[in-house]
Order: sequence, then structure tokens, then C-alpha cells
Amino acid sequence: MNLRPLLFLLAIMSLASCKQETFSLTKIEGKQIPITDSIAIDKGIDSIIKPFRESVNKDMNAILSYAPETYSKNDGDLNTAIGNLMADAVLTQSDPIFNKRTGHNIDMVLLNHGGIRSIISKGNVTTRTAFQIMPFENSIVVVALKGQQIDSLTDYLSKSKRPHPISGLQLTLDKNYAITEALLNNEPIQKDKTYYVATNDYLYNGGDRMRFFKTNDSLYVLDYKIRNAMIDYFKSVDTIKPVIDNRFIQTK
Amino acid sequence: MKRRDFIQQATAATALITVGGYGLQSFATTANTKKITILHTNDVHSHIDAFGPEDGRNANKGGVARRATLIENIRKENPNTLLLDAGDIFQGTPYFNYYGGELEFKLMSRLKYDLATIGNHDFDNGIDGLYAQLPHANFGFVSANYDFKNTVMDTHVKPYQVFKKEGLKIGVFGLGIQLDGLVDKSMYKETDYLDPIETAQEMTRILKKDEQCDLIICLSHLGYNYKKNPDKISDLNLAKNTKDIDLIIGGHTHTFLPKPTVAQNIDGKNVLVNQVGCYGINLGKIDFYFESDNTKKAEGTSIIV
Repeated sequence: MNLRPLLFLLAIMSLASCKQETFSLTKIEGKQIPITDSIAIDKGIDSIIKPFRESVNKDMNAILSYAPETYSKNDGDLNTAIGNLMADAVLTQSDPIFNKRTGHNIDMVLLNHGGIRSIISKGNVTTRTAFQIMPFENSIVVVALKGQQIDSLTDYLSKSKRPHPISGLQLTLDKNYAITEALLNNEPIQKDKTYYVATNDYLYNGGDRMRFFKTNDSLYVLDYKIRNAMIDYFKSVDTIKPVIDNRFIQTK
Repeated sequence: MKRRDFIQQATAATALITVGGYGLQSFATTANTKKITILHTNDVHSHIDAFGPEDGRNANKGGVARRATLIENIRKENPNTLLLDAGDIFQGTPYFNYYGGELEFKLMSRLKYDLATIGNHDFDNGIDGLYAQLPHANFGFVSANYDFKNTVMDTHVKPYQVFKKEGLKIGVFGLGIQLDGLVDKSMYKETDYLDPIETAQEMTRILKKDEQCDLIICLSHLGYNYKKNPDKISDLNLAKNTKDIDLIIGGHTHTFLPKPTVAQNIDGKNVLVNQVGCYGINLGKIDFYFESDNTKKAEGTSIIV
């Protein structure tokens, strides 16, 4: 076989591909790959994690309570079982401390929906559960607000249309999200009365655009982390029983 | 008879070139097509271990040690791969509460992340807490609309970075979410927030005109879309109001998409917008194929999602 034409062709082709060429984007393929237990673990990576994991797990695996169901912040319209649990727990745990220091009682609690960082899974509730739902280091503060400021607070809740966790407050909206009833301790809110509202330092400082806390009579810092209040609450109950109720609802 | 000879010889030449391709792979693959793979995560939130079997929603999903295996396999298949993260690396498991992000950065370095942007939760131990963990990160950070000049992070975060793979230039710039109202001012201190759209327009001009990039990627922590607040700046609004961005990799809203979104930019051209949920449950993979202008057949870019 005569190879001369073949070599000639090869030479031409290599010359063509070696000269400066421009390239254009012609095709894009996009997908998502789930990380599942069918993928083997990288042992080198796992050995880096191991000492950290063992140290953390020693503390995290303590069983505090039991959850009969799985609770998610996405289950519920304007109030959720998990949010009600958190707001109620903050009230239960911090009211005695606040009362001992000031002689007053906490009238209501307001947290933020975005601050519920995880579900509570059915089964044992552990220290890890408390770190999952409240990983942040935020602490409970109590703010003395006049009735007018409570109106700004309820106005915020009606406009945000989100199930921000509340306790002690009863709020009813009509189909256009206008407030039809707002009760504190089962009574209408009085403009000049001072109410004690527990929240966390993040929200007090305007987090989630909650600007109404800053026009206040007094601020009480409890030095009590939300997460620790949750841990103490879990320790105090054998089984948690959170429910969706009528504390924040919309009539259609 | 003459013609048949020619065909036979031409076929032989093609066969020979294909065979030769194995020995001179880089030469062969650059001849006509080039493939760039972009891998991405967002909102991993310190989820280093996989979810346990008892988890109510994500049982047995995620885990850095598995992600490492997957990424390594993809890199073997295509060495021209970039690994990116769209922020909120920190906060969500006790690993962060106990070690402040040290393990997150160490592992991302071991997985050979190329670049990350900064999410709002990356300020959770304050800007000083973020700065303190930088020695553990062997990868860079980009944010074009956070001005850090009056903070400790000054010079540690670039607006953009350009990577060269197989002669192609890939420009990646970062965008962060407005911190006011989301993060305590005492945490982000003097970090200035600049308008994302104006910033993106400047970045694309620099990356397209000055840097002559073949591919422009925005690493965003703005959020995918806000249904109840549709005018709020988001990845979809960013796509609509800018040009020359090929891919927006998003975060913040923990959005699980059935597939990457094909949006239209201000010039009516396609922009791919993707986000892969959160907690390291998924890895995003976008393959970009480039063809030599001498051999390419059709105009335009086909998108398969």
C-alpha cells in the first residue's frame, strides 16, 4: 500500500488543528446528582472528620424527650406545630426567670419563622435536635412595649403572611389579610398599657425587618440562649405534643 | 476506480487519527471540541455528616465523604472541572458551634473547591469569625457587591476570578444578599452592600471585554425567586436584567429545582439558573461543550436539562 497520500493528509490535518482556533459554546448539559448511600465514602476524608465527630457526638446524643410525629415549619398556614412549640417553650422557660428579676410577667413571645432551622423528626429528641432547630447562639430578651408598638407588631405579622411563631397573642385576619381581632391574654390590646414581649436579640436588633422593637420603654437581657431554653424544655417533658391551633389564623 | 482508492485511503487516515488520539489525548480533544464541567453546591450549612437513617426528611442523604468520591470520579472523567460553592457554608450543625467553621473549610480544601462566595450565615460568628477561619481555606472567595475595604476581610475577597482550562477562559464573579435586616450589623460591621444588577453589569463588561472570557458564571447568594415579593432582587430577576452571563449558580432560598431553569436575559439570550437545595444533599453538574469555529455546524447553543 502506498502511504504517501495518507501521510500527506495527516500532515495537513495536524497543521490545521495546531493553528490558533476560536471556540464557541455549542451545547450545555445540566443536571443534579443526588448524594445517596449508594456512593462509597472517601476514607481519607472520613478520617479527617472522625475525631471531630466523636468529640461532638459525646454531647449531642443525650436523649431529652420523645417526638410522636415529624414536625416541619412548612406544615401549617399562619401557625405551625413546631413554631407553636418553640414560642410556648420560650414563654414557659423564661417567664419564671423574668418574673423573679422584675416582678412582671411575659405577655407574649415573638420569634421568626426563618429561625426554625430544621424539622423535629419522629423519635427521640436529643441535644442534637435542639442544635438542629436552633443552631444560632441567639439569646432571649424581653422588651417593654406600649400598646401602640404592639399594633406595629401585629401589623407586621399581618403583612408578612408568614407563620412567625407567637405565644400569648391571638391574631385573626380576614381574607384580605386585614386584622379583625388581636388579643393579648384574651383581652383587646390597650394603647397605653405596657406589655412585656419576649423575643431574641437578633429580632430585637431589626432582624427580619422587625423594626418595632426599637421604640421601647425598657430592655431586659435574660442571658438565656433560645437553644438552652429548648433543651431545658425538652428535659421537662416526657413527650412533646405540638399542635397547630387558632392563635394566628385567617378567616376565609 | 480512482475514486474508490481515494475513499479507502481517506477512511484509513481517519482511523489512524482516531487511534492516535489515545496517545495524544490533549491534542485530540482540543482538535474540535472542549468540555468544561462546573460542579456546584450551596447552603451546605455545616452538614458534614450524612443525614442518619432516622431523619424525617433526608434520611441517608448527603455527607462530605460521599461527595468527595463523586467529585473525584467526575474529575477523572473530565480534568477540566471547576468546583464552586454559592455560600452559607457555615451554621446548621454542632460542628460549627464547636469549631467555628474550621472543619468546613478544611474539608472543602481537601475536596479541592476552586471558589466560593459569601452567604449571610457565613457572618454568624461575625466578620472576625469568618476571617479567623481563612487560614483553613485553600480556595478563594469572590463577592463583587460586598465592599470589604473597611473590614478585616479587605484583600481576602476578590470581585471575580478567571480560570484557564484547555485554553478557555472562565470568569466567575460573586454576588451577595443585602445584609441589613438579615444579619446583625455588629456581625458584618462596615461591609458595604452594592446594587447587584449594577455590579453584575460592570462584572460582565470586565469579564467579556477586558478579560475576553469564553464563559461567564455568577456565583450568587441572592436567592432563586421571591414569589410573595417578586420585585426583590433574585437570580431570576438578575438573569432578566443583565447580559453575557452563561450560568447563575444560586443559593440562600434552599430551592430544590426539578432541573436547571433556562431564563432569558435582557438581550433575549438564554441564561441557565441553577440551585441544588441545601445541606449537601445534591451536587449540581453543568457541562459546557465548545466547538472549534472551523468545524462547528450550527449557530447557537443547545441546552439539554
